Amino acid sequence: TELVVAEYHRKIKEAFEVFDHEANNTVDVREIGTIIRSLGCCPSEGELHDLIAEVEEEEPTGYIRYEKFLPVMTEVLLERRYRPIPEDTLLRAFEVLDPSKRGFLTREELIKYMTEEGEPFSQEEMEEMLSAAVDPESNSIHYKDYIAMMVVD
Amino acid sequence: MGSGTSTQHHFAFQNAENAFRAAALIQRWYRRYMARLEMRRHCTWRIFQSIEYAGQQDQVKLHDFFSYLVDHFTPSSNHERDFLNRMFTEERFPQDAEMEKPSDYESIEVPDNYTGPHLSFPLLPDHATALVEAFRLKQQLHARYVLNLLHETRKHLVQLPNINRVSTRYSEEVTVCGDLHGQLDDLIFIFYKNGLPSPERAYVFNGDFVDRGKDSVEILMVLFAFMLVYPKEFHLNRGNHEDYMVNLRYGFTKEVMHKYKTHGKKILKILQDVFCWLPLATLVDEKVLILHGGVSDMTDLELLAKLDRHKIVSTLRRKTRKEKGKPAPKKAGAARPTPWFLPLRAGSGGAPRAGRSSSLPCGGPAAPDPARRARRSVDLALPGCPQQGGSAPSGAQGEPERAAPEADPEAREPPEPTREEWKQVVDILWSDPMAQDGCKANTVRGGGCYFGPNVTEQLLQKYNLQFLIRSHECKPEGYEFCHSRKVLTIFSASNYYEVGSNRGAYVKLGPALSPHIVQYQANKATHMLTMRQRISRVEESALRSLREKLFAHSSDLLGEFKKHDTDKTGFISLSDWAEAVESVLRLGLPWRMLRPQLVSSSTDSMLEYKSWLKDLAKEQRSRENIQSSLLETLYRNRSNLETIFRIIDSDHSGFISLDEFRQTWKLFSSHMNIDITDDCICDLARSIDFNKDGHIDINEFLEAFRLVEQSCPEGDASDCPQTTDPEDGDGSKPSTQ
Repeated sequence: TELVVAEYHRKIKEAFEVFDHEANNTVDVREIGTIIRSLGCCPSEGELHDLIAEVEEEEPTGYIRYEKFLPVMTEVLLERRYRPIPEDTLLRAFEVLDPSKRGFLTREELIKYMTEEGEPFSQEEMEEMLSAAVDPESNSIHYKDYIAMMVVD
Repeated sequence: MGSGTSTQHHFAFQNAENAFRAAALIQRWYRRYMARLEMRRHCTWRIFQSIEYAGQQDQVKLHDFFSYLVDHFTPSSNHERDFLNRMFTEERFPQDAEMEKPSDYESIEVPDNYTGPHLSFPLLPDHATALVEAFRLKQQLHARYVLNLLHETRKHLVQLPNINRVSTRYSEEVTVCGDLHGQLDDLIFIFYKNGLPSPERAYVFNGDFVDRGKDSVEILMVLFAFMLVYPKEFHLNRGNHEDYMVNLRYGFTKEVMHKYKTHGKKILKILQDVFCWLPLATLVDEKVLILHGGVSDMTDLELLAKLDRHKIVSTLRRKTRKEKGKPAPKKAGAARPTPWFLPLRAGSGGAPRAGRSSSLPCGGPAAPDPARRARRSVDLALPGCPQQGGSAPSGAQGEPERAAPEADPEAREPPEPTREEWKQVVDILWSDPMAQDGCKANTVRGGGCYFGPNVTEQLLQKYNLQFLIRSHECKPEGYEFCHSRKVLTIFSASNYYEVGSNRGAYVKLGPALSPHIVQYQANKATHMLTMRQRISRVEESALRSLREKLFAHSSDLLGEFKKHDTDKTGFISLSDWAEAVESVLRLGLPWRMLRPQLVSSSTDSMLEYKSWLKDLAKEQRSRENIQSSLLETLYRNRSNLETIFRIIDSDHSGFISLDEFRQTWKLFSSHMNIDITDDCICDLARSIDFNKDGHIDINEFLEAFRLVEQSCPEGDASDCPQTTDPEDGDGSKPSTQ
C-alpha cells in the first residue's frame, strides 16, 4: 500500500495545484468541493461541509492549506469514502420522482424537486441543468437519455 | 396493521422521504459532474498557457542556436558564408534604393473599380465611423489610404508626450480596453455595446493591437483614424507587440504582406516607425496609471516621461535600427556578434562591438560583390539619409557612427537608448504581477519582471496614484484584480485561445474613478451551447495542441518509457507514464488529471507505450515518405523554422530558394545532432518545390506538414491570411558539445 499511498499523494497534489493560484500551497475553500469531486469522490453537500471543517484552520481564513488537506484526503481515498453513484441507482432515483413511469419529468417537476427537495440547487445550478437536460420540443426531461449523455469519461 | 389513514400517512411519509432522498442523490451526482467539468476547464486553461509561454522562450533558444552556429560552423564556401551573413546582417529590402520615402503615397492610384472605403484628410468623424462599417462588411482599405493614414498618424504621434493625460472633467467617462490581437469582431462589439468614441466618451487602448488574429491591419486603421479625429479623447499605449521584430514571429508581418502584396513593404516600413512613436502610458486624473505590461521596483515615471521613446525601436533588442554585425572572426575570445533580429540575452553584459565599425549607416546602391553587400547594413527607416557613396567596406575601422543630423525628423538618427532607458521601457511593456512580494526577472517571457504587491504599493505611494490598469495577460473572465485591487488586468480579445476559451472585457472609469467592468464574448454561437459543450470544444483544441507536442517528442518519450520498463515487458504503469511525460515535456501540467483524455486504453492500469506512441503519430496528418524523426523535428521547431524562413525571405516574397532551404536545414540538423543525410534533405526540398521552379513557398511548406493553423472557417487556406500558431513548438535542445 505504500505505492498506493504514494500515487494517491501525487494525484492529490496535482488536483490541489490546479487551484493553487498563488503558488503558496493554499486554495480558496470554495474550490475544495471541486478538488475533492474531481479526485473521484461524490460527497453530498453535508458531507462536504464536514470534510471542510476537518481541513480548515482553527480560525477559518477562507483558505485551506495543503499540509492539512493531504492527510485527510488520503484517508478518504484509502477508505473509498463517498463513492460515485452507479448509473442504475441514478436511474432509479429519477424513477422515484416519476412514479407513473412516463419515462420523463416535466420542466416544472424537475425544478420543483431540485430546488425544494434534498439539498436544493441554486438558481444558477438549476438553469445550467435545464439548459442541457430539457428537450426543447417536449419541454421535458427524458432522464434515461439524459443520464446516458452526462457520462464523463 | 393499523387504520387506513395511518397506512396512507405511512406511505405518504415514505414517498416524501423517498422523493427527498432521490432528489438528494440526483443533486449529489450532478454536482460531481459539474465539478469535474470545472476541473477540466482549469486544466485546459493551464495547457494553453503553458504552451503559449513556452513558445516565448523560443526566442532564447533561437539565440542559442545561432550562438552555436557562430561557434562551430565553418562556412566552406563563399556561398555558405553569404548565407550565414544574410542571417547576421540586417539585410532587408535590398532592392529598395529607389523607394526612399515610404510616405510616398501620392503616386499610388486608386483604381475606378475599387469598392472599398475612401479617406480624405483631414479626417472627419464620419470617415472613421464609415471605416468601421466598411471593415464590418469585410472590405479592405486601399494601400494608398493606408499609407496616407499612417503618415498622418505619425505626424500626430510625434507631438505626443510619452505619458498621456486624460481628465474626467472633460470626458465624462473613460473606457479602457486591453489586448485585441487582431480580433476585429471584439473591437466592433466594444464600439457597438459601449458606443463610438466622442468628446464625451474617451477611450484608452492599452497595446497589443496586432499579431495572432487575422485583422490586425483593420484594427490599426480604425484606432488611428479615431485618434486623428478625437486627438484629445482617444489614446493609444504601446504594447510589446507593437514591435516589428515581434511581428515577424507572431503573424502581423505575414498578414500585411498577404493583404497588400504590392505595397506591403512600404506599409511595414512606416509602421515600424509609427510603433516607436506610440506613447508609453496614460494617466487618468493623475490617479490611475494605464500601461501595457506592468512595473518593476526600478520604474521611474520621471525618466519614462523624459526619454526619447522613438529610440526604442524594439524591446527585444537594445540596439537601434542601425543594426551592425558580422560573424565573428574565427579567433578564440573574439566578441561574439548577435544576429540583428535576436533579443539580447538578459544580463548579457556589454553589447558586442566587434562588428560595428565596418558597416555603413545608410543604404547605397546595391553592390555587385556579395561579400561587400553582406557587410553593409542597410538602414531603411531613415530614407532621407545622405548617401555615403561607395565607402570601402573592408577594414573600415573607426567609421563614424552617424551622419549629420537632419532637420527632417524622419532622417534624424537617434542615438542609442541607454541601458537604463531601455530597461525602463521593457519593464513597463513586458512585466507581469505576481502574488508574492518582491521583484524578480520574468524568465517565462524572457523580458521584464514579475512584480509583487509591495512593488505596486511602493509605486502608487511614490507617485500618489490610486491604482494601476494593465493588460498583457489573457484572463478567463477578461479581467482580474490583484494586489488588493490595486492592479487591474484588462484583456479585450475574447475567445483568444479558441472559441469559448475566455471572455473579453473593458473597464469604464467615471469621475469617481471606481472601475466598472463590462464582459462579453464575441461569438453568438457559444451562448447557445451548454457549459459542457463549450468546455468540450475548447478542451479538444487544447488537447490537440498537447498531443502534437507529445508527438514532437516521441523519441525522447520512448527513451524515458523504456527506462521505467525495466523488465522489458512493453508496459508501464500509468503513474510512470505521468512521470515520464513531465520529465520530457516539462510543462508543469497535471498529467494524472489529463490522462483520461490522452490515454484511451490501458489494461489493468498498465499502458502499452509503443502502441500509444504509434497512435499519436497516426493522428498527425503527415507525408508518409518522410522519415519520422525528421517529422518530429519539424514539429518541434516549427515556429523557429518559420521565423528563420521569414528572415531569410528578406524581401517578404513568401518564397525562399531551394538552396537556402537546404542550407537552413543543414545547419539546423547539425545543431540538433540529428542524423539527417544530405540526400534526405534534398529529397525533402525537391518534393516541396511543387512547381519545380527552384523556389519553395513557405506557406506551402508549412502547410504540407500541417504546421500552420487554419484560421479560416470557409474557403481554402490560400485565400485567407494565416494566423501564426500561438502554440509554438519547443525550441531545439542546446548542443551537448
